[in-house]
Amino acid sequence: MSAKSLFEKVWDRHIVVPESAETPAILYIDLHLVHEVTSPQAFSLLRDAGLKVRRPDLTLSTMDHSTPTISVGSLQELKVVSEPAAFQQIQQMERNCEDFGLELRGMDSDERGIVHVIGPELGATQPGKTIVCGDSHTSTHGALGALAFGIGTTEVAHVLATQCLLQRKPRTFAVNLQGRLPAGVTAKDIILAIIGKIGVDGGTGHAIEYRGSAVVSLSIEERMTICNMAIEGGARTGMFAPDDATYEYLAGRPLAPQGAAWDEALSRWQTLPSDDDAQFDKEVSIDVSALKPMVTFGTNPGMVIPVDDVIPSPTLSDPGFAKALDYMALEPGRPLAGTPVDVVFIGSCTNSRMSDLRAAARVMAGRQVADGVQMLVVPGSARVKREAEAEGLPEVFEAAGAQWREPGCSMCLAMNGDYVPAGKLAVSTSNRNFEGRQGKGARTVLASPLTAAASAVSGTISDPRPLIG
Amino acid sequence: MEPITEIRSRTAVLPLDDVDTDQIIPARFLRTTVREGLGENLFADWRYNSDGEKNASFVLNRPEAQGAQILVAGRNFGCGSSREHAPWALLDFGFRAVISTEIADIFRNNSLKNGFLPVVVDAGIHGWLLENPGVELTLDVESRAASLPAGRVTEYPLESFSRYCILNGVDQLGFLLNHAGDISRFESRAGV
Repeated sequence: MSAKSLFEKVWDRHIVVPESAETPAILYIDLHLVHEVTSPQAFSLLRDAGLKVRRPDLTLSTMDHSTPTISVGSLQELKVVSEPAAFQQIQQMERNCEDFGLELRGMDSDERGIVHVIGPELGATQPGKTIVCGDSHTSTHGALGALAFGIGTTEVAHVLATQCLLQRKPRTFAVNLQGRLPAGVTAKDIILAIIGKIGVDGGTGHAIEYRGSAVVSLSIEERMTICNMAIEGGARTGMFAPDDATYEYLAGRPLAPQGAAWDEALSRWQTLPSDDDAQFDKEVSIDVSALKPMVTFGTNPGMVIPVDDVIPSPTLSDPGFAKALDYMALEPGRPLAGTPVDVVFIGSCTNSRMSDLRAAARVMAGRQVADGVQMLVVPGSARVKREAEAEGLPEVFEAAGAQWREPGCSMCLAMNGDYVPAGKLAVSTSNRNFEGRQGKGARTVLASPLTAAASAVSGTISDPRPLIG
Repeated sequence: MEPITEIRSRTAVLPLDDVDTDQIIPARFLRTTVREGLGENLFADWRYNSDGEKNASFVLNRPEAQGAQILVAGRNFGCGSSREHAPWALLDFGFRAVISTEIADIFRNNSLKNGFLPVVVDAGIHGWLLENPGVELTLDVESRAASLPAGRVTEYPLESFSRYCILNGVDQLGFLLNHAGDISRFESRAGV
């Protein structure tokens, strides 16, 4: 039998009907994550066709994108603080889950949160599972060795009705990470550096496996940050092979296997890592020990430089480059560090977990948010919020002058009323610096929680390394 | 889905690379529970000025782009989020196909599910199309042929199952539902 990669092993174990020249494979889906923004039209499709949800037990539903991050005590209050259309979407999600018999981690659930934060923290995300969601950042779950990718709303309906998808097999892409991260440089900086190297379409048509000597020292939350942004490099998904850190992370979580089922699952998971002589269609290597904190300067995540570097000059061959600098109101040849900042956002499915909040708090402790800077800290889930409160992190942020909010996607895509005003510059721990992503006319600089916090304190885009001693 | 055999139209040209789905339809317009009506806000932040008036210099607002059903765009069109609202908005506006040298994976999948044709051509043809906005093209689905003026023809990739579904207006959900027996057998074999 030929050597197989992690991706190929998971793929092969989920084939219901193999692909042929005429038809794609029918791939079984172990876990379907559903949220309020990309599902309403899918539920309508099922309703119109008189179909049921095939496996409510393999469907995990929550609300995150359009939910307010201001604390609300009642449905009436929710209506007041929400945009009318967002409120309607929230109500529709409640109705859809009720009609189709789905358990909803809704507004009053202590397990609610960003779908890519709650999957792993509940233990629903497990090695070797196929996981999909109507959201491109579903690749996050690959951190635990799952094959996880984003789908559109028509495909959401396919999975609701059949628990399957029609898929052509992507090619494989090994991203080798060597060395050990220097102090002050984080997982976010690794993935931004990868995207800078391969480009925003470097992974198109491919499933990435992150490998190499640096992997063992990366925590599961750090791996989630790296997998989360695989799509920003164009890839269908990103994965890490499960290892002892994965098993330690999962043990005892509410939806993880227990007792004998755990032992059985563990022996299955241990067969998943790529065989030694597995072949990949594409490879790239990065020495993480040489990395610096990374910041974006343009309007896609591939337009990224080390924080102490100067903004590159446009080339004639790319008219989009000059347009991006114009939109960002930045000048080529000048340092990006020192640029005044208006808003700092700590949150999103990329960087809203405990380790991210701790990193930001480490910088903020005993310091103040600079005058004129608005700083928002949005935990990824209700559980993260509780844990942070138990550690006293909100006090650190609030003493510094930052706002501590309820969980949700918030300012990452500005659907819920949290947005960056037109023309203002935000340093954000989210995943997309597209034009208008954080609000119409908003200018986004993507960075790690350390860099974002350091920038909040100084009021300008700043290298966090001098602040963490 | 209506069967589609060919798309014949003038082109409109948006020469930028990496046009992401947040540009195609900004997130604030995703607060909807239906798929209709999104065309009004297609490329909203480029089409409209901050006062809500149309931006006269944006390509889709120019007189010569009116009625064009084929959009020619730069490399890596449709990158970013998985929102199917992107092809829904393009279709609702009146576009039926996009031509580029590269189209992002999820956008491509979503397009094919809705009969919006993603057409990838080589850099030479693409460069010519960018330089000649408004030319009349025919995109044939059966033969996967894009016919340009002066008898120039190029073949574009279209996976056979998607081609079959578009040609016949086949709903892929129906195809999956027909495999219910295979799915049940898989579930008992895999213990899920």
